[in-house]
Amino acid sequence: MNVIQIENLWKEYRLGVIGHGTLTHDLQSWWARVRGKEDPNGMIALALKGQEQQIDGDHFWALRDINLKISQGEVVGVIGRNGAGKSTLLKILSRVTAPSQGNIKVRGRTASLLEVGTGFHPELTGRENVFLNGAILGMSKQEMKTKFDEIVDFSDIAAFIDTPVKRYSSGMYVRLAFAVAAHLETEILVVDEVLAVGDVVFQQKCLGKMKDISGAGRTVLFVSHSMSSVKNLCSRVVLVDHGQVVMDGDPEIVVAKYLDRNLVEGSIATESHIANRVEGVIKKDFPYFKISEVRLEDLEGETKSLFQATEPIIICVSFDCLQKINDLRVLVAIANENGERIYGSQNTDDCNIAEIFYEIESGRYQTKCVFPANIFGNSKYYVNVDVFCPKKEHHILTKILEFNVDFQGYNSAIQYGGNNLAFFMWPKLSWSVSRIN
Amino acid sequence: MSKEKLSSDDQSWDMVIQPKTGWFDIDIKELWRYRDLIGMFVKRDFVTFYKQTILGPLWYIIQPLFTTVVFTIIFGRVAKISTDGLPPFLFYMAGNVIWGYFAATLNATSGTFNTNAAIFGKVYFPRLTVPLATVIVNFLQFFIQFFLFLGFYLYFFIKGATIVPTIWIIGLPVLLLQMALLSFGLGILLSSLTTKYKDLKFAMGFLVQLWMYCTPIVYPLSQIPEWLLPYYVLNPMVAIVEIFRYGFFGTSAITLSHICISWSVTLLLVFFGILLFSRIEKTFMDTV
Repeated sequence: MNVIQIENLWKEYRLGVIGHGTLTHDLQSWWARVRGKEDPNGMIALALKGQEQQIDGDHFWALRDINLKISQGEVVGVIGRNGAGKSTLLKILSRVTAPSQGNIKVRGRTASLLEVGTGFHPELTGRENVFLNGAILGMSKQEMKTKFDEIVDFSDIAAFIDTPVKRYSSGMYVRLAFAVAAHLETEILVVDEVLAVGDVVFQQKCLGKMKDISGAGRTVLFVSHSMSSVKNLCSRVVLVDHGQVVMDGDPEIVVAKYLDRNLVEGSIATESHIANRVEGVIKKDFPYFKISEVRLEDLEGETKSLFQATEPIIICVSFDCLQKINDLRVLVAIANENGERIYGSQNTDDCNIAEIFYEIESGRYQTKCVFPANIFGNSKYYVNVDVFCPKKEHHILTKILEFNVDFQGYNSAIQYGGNNLAFFMWPKLSWSVSRIN
Repeated sequence: MSKEKLSSDDQSWDMVIQPKTGWFDIDIKELWRYRDLIGMFVKRDFVTFYKQTILGPLWYIIQPLFTTVVFTIIFGRVAKISTDGLPPFLFYMAGNVIWGYFAATLNATSGTFNTNAAIFGKVYFPRLTVPLATVIVNFLQFFIQFFLFLGFYLYFFIKGATIVPTIWIIGLPVLLLQMALLSFGLGILLSSLTTKYKDLKFAMGFLVQLWMYCTPIVYPLSQIPEWLLPYYVLNPMVAIVEIFRYGFFGTSAITLSHICISWSVTLLLVFFGILLFSRIEKTFMDTV
């Protein structure tokens, strides 16, 4: 049974300073409405909603056409980069603000924890604040009285319960606040990033409690930046990006996608991808060069991202020379997961073509570097590319491409075992043996 | 699969969160459910007012006392404004006690959205609970000051001053109700407007001050010239103050029609206040 049903949800925010000028806008709109004419300041962005634009004039679409169904007892994690729209979604669900379009249908009561200690007053004691906070979160006095001892127990601050809250340390504060929220008996619990504060012990306790809550049949919606707690707690993860639900499903898969988001899919990096990712010393006016493409090829010229260990890997870097350059260098490297370069090569190593790079005219070029066969093990690799003109301009692309190598060992008669071959490099080396005694 | 289709078509949703809000969208049942919260807010406001102070609740008495003394000297002795034959000290104290409640409540409720933006932005509870709690907390302040007034009243009465209590004393609860409604309605009206146009925040302070002078606090209604009277009585506080004094002293220039005007204006303000509040409530967090 669905407990939350989000249908075609849109949320719009106005950019810029609100106040100066809006009285004129309001009067304009009102006058137009009175005359029965169209509102000149109406949501113009509405007409363009088919387009991909998120920012439209002075309107910003924080949420765009969200559709989500959550069933009872699910623990759903919501992840995404900062500014993706996660907190906005939770705010609408918690009724703190209203949607611009669409609706959310809910079954059961909702309790939200968008911030710990909401409503805590510094002058009141812990005891008084527990009652106040509980009342704010929707508990009745009766409920609070019966649950009070449990709450104090969970928070571990029984000795300090009658001291004004302004004397508490931040840890105690958070423990008490979470304890109150954790004992709410609502059908739906919405938690936004509150576990970021608090030590390890506290976080474990909270996660444990949330597990209990979901075990009791209640639905939990959990926003976090901690991928480990999301994977630990959630049965389903939703990835939100730029106001839209990009992915929805198994925690492992969605989290992996979120973490790898920066990688370019496939074996070609196009000009726009490169423009997004390039770092280093880049000249704005009169640039010397521009990297236009990076791709991986095999001997036949086929672009691919899975190579056999027995074949060479060719990295092709295409670049545009925008003016005459003296001494252009291209450095390609194979990097590990952390972007650390392990295995590299520079164009100047090859004396034959290095000369060409000493003086290069403007135009479009493609340079290729061949990484020989029988070097790599059974693993995943990333490509870094640096193109630079010493002391003038330096473009750096980190982990711009990825590829996999399939390595089965050099001796087909032997079973190496897949994981044993997961080395960064496994060149074919020579072995000898001689008897000493 | 058909089971799922049934549940999604099922109309038994407890709540539907939607963009449009009606013009008059006050959920009384919900307010009743949160009555404990209103009580909590009242307790919180009352307790924290004088925590860590020495004089504590005595401060509720000192303020009207000193104000009355100053008024007696300045308006009574120096400016020699008539008080319709009533003892000046008592006259001014009566005005202060009434006005004290109104001004305090109006100032507090008109800032509802702005001062509570932080908590409103984090959790949902019926927003009306906050101004309601303010109205109630200030009653406590009123009662303390009222007892001070009663003390002086009895003193003057025994001393034989020309004060005659009338049957209108019984109307005191109704007066309180009207004052509560007025400050509540006007307060939430202004609060809703202030979320967008912060000018009102600055205007509030001195407008309330000026309003006091437009109300018969430091002078009686009888002092108002004929030509000004029709506009003057549009001020709902006029009737409240005058009836209060009439009930206790027996002297006032107030008429029944004035009382009717006063109540009409009050109810009108409450109506518009609630109207605007319920419109703004859902989306003010985006613009406050």
